Amino acid sequence: MSNIGSFEERVKNFDWSISEKELGYKEGDTINIGWYCSDRICQMGKGDRPALLWENSLGEEKRYTYEDIRVCSNGIGAFLQKLGIKDGDRVCLFMDRVPELYIGLLGILKIGAIAQPLFSAFGDESLYVRLENAGTSAIITQRKHASKVRKILDQLPNLKHIIVIDHDLAKELKEKEIAFSMEAGRLDELSIFPTKAESPSLLHYTSGTTGMPKGVQHVHYSLISQYLTAKWVLDLTENDIYWCTADPGWVTGTSYGIIAPWALGVTQVVLDSGFSAENWYRFIEKYQVTVWYSAPTAIRSLMKAGEEVVKKFDLSCLRHLASVGEPLNAEAVVWSEKVFGLPFLDSYWQTETGSIMITNFPGMLIKPGSMGKPFPGITGTIVDAKTYEPVNEIGVIGLIAFRPGWPAMMRTYWKNEATYQGKFKHGWYLPGDRARLDSDGYFWFIGRDDDVINTAGHLVSPFEVESALLEHPAVAESAVVSKPDEINMEVVKAFVTLKPGFQVSEELELEIMNFIRKKLSPLAMPQDVEYMDSLPKTRSGKIMRRLLHAKEWGEEVGDTSTLEND
Amino acid sequence: MDELKDVILKYVIDEYADEDDTVTCDTPLISGGLVDSFSMVSLKRFLEMRYKISIPDDDATPEAFDSVDKIADLVLRFTSK
Repeated sequence: MSNIGSFEERVKNFDWSISEKELGYKEGDTINIGWYCSDRICQMGKGDRPALLWENSLGEEKRYTYEDIRVCSNGIGAFLQKLGIKDGDRVCLFMDRVPELYIGLLGILKIGAIAQPLFSAFGDESLYVRLENAGTSAIITQRKHASKVRKILDQLPNLKHIIVIDHDLAKELKEKEIAFSMEAGRLDELSIFPTKAESPSLLHYTSGTTGMPKGVQHVHYSLISQYLTAKWVLDLTENDIYWCTADPGWVTGTSYGIIAPWALGVTQVVLDSGFSAENWYRFIEKYQVTVWYSAPTAIRSLMKAGEEVVKKFDLSCLRHLASVGEPLNAEAVVWSEKVFGLPFLDSYWQTETGSIMITNFPGMLIKPGSMGKPFPGITGTIVDAKTYEPVNEIGVIGLIAFRPGWPAMMRTYWKNEATYQGKFKHGWYLPGDRARLDSDGYFWFIGRDDDVINTAGHLVSPFEVESALLEHPAVAESAVVSKPDEINMEVVKAFVTLKPGFQVSEELELEIMNFIRKKLSPLAMPQDVEYMDSLPKTRSGKIMRRLLHAKEWGEEVGDTSTLEND
Repeated sequence: MDELKDVILKYVIDEYADEDDTVTCDTPLISGGLVDSFSMVSLKRFLEMRYKISIPDDDATPEAFDSVDKIADLVLRFTSK
């Protein structure tokens, strides 16, 4: 029997107090995610249980019990306090998937500071705009990434401390850098900051169509959603070995790669390594992974690697598979059922929602390609894109909409309340995606309702890439759209015009690609750069991305009456 | 072959390695996390341009790009065609 039991019964009798009771929380109590994920489990007499089994690409292994993550996170919290970091300050985590990233998040939360995890592949420009916007006080990083911080340090007056977790004693620390060893810093006692339900916890940055990335602010009460969704959707139990393949630089990696499994006292495994189908299967077999939460891009990559490689390993340990990040195509569901004997169950949510919203549950009829149904307690529907009234007709495409009020919902965009308010229409929260409903109440994903590019489950802002392209000396104008990709669903494509004196060439195309890769991130790098004599514009001079998008996707161009040269 | 590997190794170090990374011809690039699947596209583009070859997507696998040694083998396979 799965944790959720009967989905229909859960929907009928649902109240978030189910989660509150299980976590021993009452309204008005202190609620600190850092404490719940470590100290509470130890107080329950489970301090000796493994919390984190870690391995890197060199085959090095580390193992941490719940008692280990309790004292290590205490040490990190105390170290930050000694530096003067206090509640409400933003502390960035900018690391590969090393244990300090996972445990450091708890340490930051324990002292009431706000954790700001950022993807370690970000280039200096991406890093700068996010640290600048957040007014970040300290950044915890590895020496391999410290050089990116040094490049932008002069422009970040609020950034007072660069904490290097693996400092090479043979080298000198640079300006504002300070060394810290998690192992040496273990601390038995730390006064946990008495955060309340609405105290800020995490700041995750996400991209939009226009403007710079937005800081999605979450609160400690998000734990209530994250705990119960992990229990009912991922079906986690204490006996599981759980692998969430998401990087904690993104929300899945924190909500379901740190907070939920540890609040449930589950053992999780982390592989700090690049992708290789063989290595992933070896890892599952070695650690006897039972529950696996991954992403469609990874699943499609595994499909591409073929079935023969699967047969080299005994993966019978697996009992439950789930997926998130982009729509999971029906072929991937059918394939996983064939090769693993289990379907990947799709789940839908986003940085702003903080926890799973629409999903396929253990035990329910799976319709391959469908998003599933809303989690109990979540009121979700499809609304008309103009009137924002619910669409009652089956199969009609509209906007996905949720009634606000679940615990993990973002509380605002950092220093951007107006944009936050703009996400609500007629009492609905609109995540910006289009879908349709079938006669059984299943949601079917259609696509984004804006120009944001979803590549391998990560959102890339065309505006951010276009702005960065204009900083290249050869680029006069730029327009960025998505183009279809078999593995990543979408990838970035750039259209550019060149300044006088620059010639079209393959060398220049590669140079532009690498320029964006280093400045923003590999995800944002255009995989294709097309030169144009001029970009399509409206008569008022606005670039018509829509036309370029239609060209890439083989769609109807639509109304071109405002086209400048029409 | 050595010259080919030297060129690829230099490009990998210049473009993808951090200052503390030690990269040799057998360093795992993709499985080691030094080059991700997105960055692999720019590496492939460089090889195609430099050696005037076309590497089909089916051959541009993470396994085939996992070290300078393997990449050199791949390039040789297509330059000799």
